[in-house]
Formats: sequence, C-alpha cells, structure tokens
Amino acid sequence: MVSTKSVDFLIAGVGGQGTVVASDILSDVGSESGYDVKKSDILGLAVRGGSVVSHVRWAEQVHAPMIEEGAAHFLVGFEWLETFRRLSYVHPKGTIMVNDCRLDPITVSSGEADYPEKEKILTELKKAAKKVYVIPGLQTALDIGNARTLNIVVMGALSRLLDPSPSLWEEVVRRRVPKKLVDLNLDAFRRGRELI
Amino acid sequence: MRVLLSGNEAIARGAYEAGIQIAAGYPGTPSSEILEAMTQYREIYSEWSVNEKVAMDMAAGAAYSGRRSMVTTKQVGMNVLSDSLFYAVYTGLEAGLVVVTADDPGLFSTQNEQDNRHYAKLGKFPLLEPADSQECKDFVIAGIELSERFDTPVVLRTTMRTSHSKSMVTLGERVLTKQEVGPFPRNPEKYNCMCLWAKKRHPVVEQRLLDLAAYAETFPWNRIEWGERKLGIIASGVVYEYAREVFKNASFLKLGMTYPLPKNLIREFAKGVRKLVVIEELDPFIEEQVKAMGIKVIGKEIFPACDELLPQTLRRIGVEAGFLPKREGGKVHASPPENLPGRSPVLCPGCPHRTSFFLLNKMKLPVAGDIGCYNLGALPPFSAQHTMGAMGASIGVLHGMGKSGLPEPAVATIGDSTFFHAGIPPLLNMVHNKGVGTVIIMDNSTTAMTGHQDHPGIETTLMGEKVKKVDIYELVKAMGVEKILKVNAFDVKAMEMALKDCTSFKGTAVLIAQGECVFISRNPQPAYEVDLDLCTACGICSRMGCPAIVKVNVVHERTGKRKTGIDPVLCTGCDVCRQVCPTGAIRKPEKKVA
Repeated sequence: MVSTKSVDFLIAGVGGQGTVVASDILSDVGSESGYDVKKSDILGLAVRGGSVVSHVRWAEQVHAPMIEEGAAHFLVGFEWLETFRRLSYVHPKGTIMVNDCRLDPITVSSGEADYPEKEKILTELKKAAKKVYVIPGLQTALDIGNARTLNIVVMGALSRLLDPSPSLWEEVVRRRVPKKLVDLNLDAFRRGRELI
Repeated sequence: MRVLLSGNEAIARGAYEAGIQIAAGYPGTPSSEILEAMTQYREIYSEWSVNEKVAMDMAAGAAYSGRRSMVTTKQVGMNVLSDSLFYAVYTGLEAGLVVVTADDPGLFSTQNEQDNRHYAKLGKFPLLEPADSQECKDFVIAGIELSERFDTPVVLRTTMRTSHSKSMVTLGERVLTKQEVGPFPRNPEKYNCMCLWAKKRHPVVEQRLLDLAAYAETFPWNRIEWGERKLGIIASGVVYEYAREVFKNASFLKLGMTYPLPKNLIREFAKGVRKLVVIEELDPFIEEQVKAMGIKVIGKEIFPACDELLPQTLRRIGVEAGFLPKREGGKVHASPPENLPGRSPVLCPGCPHRTSFFLLNKMKLPVAGDIGCYNLGALPPFSAQHTMGAMGASIGVLHGMGKSGLPEPAVATIGDSTFFHAGIPPLLNMVHNKGVGTVIIMDNSTTAMTGHQDHPGIETTLMGEKVKKVDIYELVKAMGVEKILKVNAFDVKAMEMALKDCTSFKGTAVLIAQGECVFISRNPQPAYEVDLDLCTACGICSRMGCPAIVKVNVVHERTGKRKTGIDPVLCTGCDVCRQVCPTGAIRKPEKKVA
C-alpha cells in the first residue's frame, strides 16, 4: 500500500491497448481521493500502432505533468517490450506491473529485428524495481469475452496496490466507459483485482 | 466545481465562459481537440474550415460583425494563418478575437520545431503563454478582455504538453452574450488595409504596443515569487512548472504575457537576485529581449534550443551549472538496452493507402509526398516517398520535378483533406502551366491523421449538420485536368494499370484512389487465413507493411524461411494481401455454417 504524499505512475503500452482511458481513470481516482492531479499523454500520429506512454501524478500540489526518470512509484506496462523501453522511469524502490502480452512491432514481424526474450525482460525488470508483478491481463480480458477490457483489468489489478476504495474505482470506471459496456467493464475490474 | 481537463479542453471551456460565439480552425496536432471539445457548447458556432487562413478570415469577419471569436491552429498552421492575422492587427475588431497556436517542441507530429512566439514581434500583437489547464481557461477569458480593451487580436500560445496534459480547472459561468448584432460597421478607413489608410493605422499599432507594455506590468499572471535570492529564474508556459519542481528554492518571475514584456518587473526581479536565468524551450525569445535591456542573463548558452526541456534535463543542466547541489542531481535508475526494436507508427490494417505505396515501391518512381498518415509511405517497407515539407507542397514540388526534365515520370501523393487545404491552387497551376506529372489524390473520406475531422468532401460538418459533399472528380475536371482516373484503392491490379496509364501521360494526370479510412468504414470483414501448405515464404505480402501480417514458426522446407500468418485480431479483411500473393495461399475464410 502506498500512502505517501505523492504517487507517480508511468503507463506504457501500444496504441490501441486503451492506455489513455486507463490513465484517465487513474487520474480521476486520484483527484476524487483528494489529490491534486496532473497527467500527460502522447497523442497524434504517435498513437497509430506506435508506443504510447502516459504520466499520471498524484500529490498535494503537482507542478510538472511529467515524471522524471528514476522517480515513478509505479511502472504499469501493457506489453513486455514497451515496459522494458520505459524502464528508466521506475524508482529503484518502486513497483512494476506488466501485462503478459507480446505485440511484435513491424520491424520484428518482418524479420528485421529480434524481440527480446520474455525471461530476459523479466530479469531486467526485477533488477530495476523492488517489486514486479506479471499479470495475465489479456487472457483475463479474453476470458471475459472482450479484449478491449484489458485496460480495466489492469486498473483492477493496480487498484489492489493503492489506497482508494474499490467502490470509488468502480464509480469512476462506470463514468469513463461506454454506457453499454459498464457491466462488462465492472466485471473486468473485479477480475483484475483478483490477479494480485 | 473543479474538474480535470486537458489544456485544449480548458481552452474550449474558456471560450465558453468568455462568451465566444464563433470558433474556426483546421485540425492539426496538438491543437485539434480544442474545436472538438467546443462542440459540447452548443451556444458556440464552430467549424472546421478548409485551412487556417480561411479560418482566420472567417473569425475576423465575425469579430468585425461584433461576435467574440476564436481561431485554432497547430504551430505550422500559423504560417498559413499569419497572412490574415497581420491585417487584423492593423484593423482591430468590434469584438474580442483570440488566436490559439499549439506549438510542438520535441516534434511529436510536426515537420519542424519553429517557435511561434516570434510572430508576436513580427505581427505586433500581445502574446499569452499558459502553464497549465487552469491558465489555458483563464487566458482565453483574459485574452478576450485584452483584445477588446486594446482593439487587437490576442494570441494564446500553448505547447504540446500544455495542450495535452490534464490538470485541475475551476469552472465558472458563461458571461452574457449578445443575441443579435447590429448592421455591419461602415468604417472603411479602419477595416480596409488599403495602403493609404494602413499607413495611418501603423502608428496606432505602435502606440498600442506601448500601451500593452505598460499594461503588462500589472497583468495578474506576470508575477514574482520570491525564494532564495542567489538564483532567479524567468520562465513561462509548462517550462515554469518543470523549473518550479526542479529548482525548488529559487526565486521566480513567472510570465503569463511574454509579448510585450513587463520591463519594470524584469528590472525589479533582476535587481533582487544574484544570478539571473531564463529557461525557455526552443528560441531565446525572452532572453534576447532581456539582454537588449542591458541585463546580464544566462539562457541558451546552457539550455539547448532543440527539443523539450523536461524536468530531468533541467536537473542535469542545473547541477552542471552549479545551480543545484550534486546530491540533487539525476536520480538513480535502470536503463533499457539502446537497441530495442522500435515501434514507429505504421499504416493501419485495412488502410486504403497501402496499395498505392506498395505499387510506388514496386514501380520505383520518385514521389513528392504531403502531410497526412500517408507520410508513412516514406518508411520501410515502402520507402516510396522522397520529399515532404508542408501542406499541399507535393503538387508544386511535382510540377518543379516535371519541368526539370527528369528521366523518369514523377508522382505526388496527397490526401483528400490536404488537397482541399492547399492542393487546389498548385493543381490549377500545373494545368495552366502545362505541367507534367501524376497526382494521386488518396481519398479516404476523412482527415485521418488528426482524428477523423470533416472537410468539404464529406457530408457532415463539425456541428453535425448534413451538407452536400464536394465531388473531387468533378472538381478536378472543372479545374481543367485532362486525364482523371478514379479507382478503388483496394483493387491492386486496377490501381497498377491506372498508375501506368497516368505516368505515361504527357501532361497533368490525376488518379483518385478511393477507399475509406478503416476507422470510418462501416464494413469490416472477417480476418483472412493463410494456407501454410501453399505459402512458400516468398515474403511479398510482407512488403505490404501490414501489422496483421506476421511470421509463424513454420519454415519452408527448402529455404528455411518462416512462413506467413495473419493476426486474426488485427486483420480487417481488406483483401489487398490476397491479391499480391503469388501462390494463392492467402484466402478469405470460408463461411462457417451455424
């Protein structure tokens, strides 16, 4: 549990995985828990299948919307390679949560580059942070029947490591997802919570 | 009420609260979300204009008519817009007018890293730089007040981080606005920039700048925050927030209005600190003005003019320059290996542009490109775009190539929205001046790259009204182009024949490659399959650069190369890869009987 005055999150993934909505939810949960909140996403051309990253900061007063390298309390990765890519942001005493999912960039699928081995990435993640959680987020989302609930599954798992109550999270999820998909996403959130 | 808003959403909210009634712009990252957020305020008429200059003229006309107005643009759109902004500085307005330019330090989605603050000096107008979302909102309101008080357009300059970051904003009410305006003002000597009359307006503009400079001293968002006196930092925009965090104990002169500058406030601050530093992203805009006042200040000799000045950069430089003790230097952290496979953006599965670039690569033709998703045609595996510089530039560049007597036929690629924005005059120019070359208008029925905004070629406006769409074929025909072919962009053979036909034509040829962007197409097909027995791992399908085409762990007996698979989640069934497969290994899934 984190109950310090500030909490910094770096969320990394691939365009289309729903990281922006996840970081919106995380921001809302922070502000509704009484924190000042700032967040920053990379948008535009960079989201088309590219690597995406969101910075979310909770504190009494936040100045910069960007986290410094080595300062994130949580590095939340939606994909192995993208988590590895943002490794420098995590605090040595911080936590990494990575969704067990590999998405080959086109350089790999066309045979120009090699995807680093999952075990090697995991070893490096363990060296970089105090605690590493690997969660079967994508599999959980597929079990629910909709791969697009992945972001909510991941938020569910993350919520286990934070102070705000599940009911507050669920209220925010309810507001942030399409009306028709509220029940599905609440299910995703609860299943996510069971992963940690 | 306090809510979390992005800078762009806060600017739209500011427009609402300031009583703005008309807003126009052209989509461009990082500014596009302003007008998209504007549509939630039904009191404001908002539109996507065909380009930034037209948006500016439109807003000027509205402000002349007595309506508070706003124009939005991305940083390079200001180059298009400025022609019209500059006359509005001379004329002044009947109601407030705020122009928002969203700059892009770090070049996340722009072709250069220009610093639009220079326009304030060149065009002689006041410039506001918000640091967070609250200021984005407040500065629109302050900008409208300034605009009306000093009879000038006001420019609000954000950067990608201010526009796209979210922070808390306190909401207010909308001011009362006029329901009706009177007749148009008949004030020709003010609103006609005819040389004779403009000559009389220039002294008015100069006096206004002096008045604005005096006002800047009391502008509430220009403020001194005294801390320790050994280091004083002048900063504005999001960089102020970064610096505030890194140099916790320093004194700050936080500027909200960066042109004209509050010189007395700067002198007071400079006198009060032992070492004076200006921290600003991109050019030494403030620094040079402070130096011109005869004040000793440190700036670009230590803070680079390129890229963003993120907190970790400021911390590193701060330690190197001795502003911070060593123990406050860069935080200890792990580093990923440098050679990780990149994940640059790619044409989406089902993208209609794929065929064109596959063929242009195959035919090895020189290609002048343009601004849009189709820029990705420059990257492997296509490598089929050889120039790109600005909106609409492709057609003019093609014309120059054609007149240069190249030994090969040349091609320009331009999207539908970009064609409407700036492609029509250069195409007319080619027709009139007997240009030779092929223009591929890639009509995907949307402004895709910036998030699927409307343009004259589609049937709905930003406000959701239904309109008659402009037919590109008829338009091009009316412009006098003699060779025009319109082809289904997903039909590889037809596209290849059309390209050969056009490029052998000794004149200006237009090939309209029509196929909807996969994000607006309402016709996704089931994912295709690969018959591994037929696949010879020849790799031709990989040249389509489709993320859905992957290598599987089955190798060809003879060559040992990995065979092809199709990712069922990504594939949209566009059929293009099936058409290029020489062995018929790729196929449509058989219909499953329930």
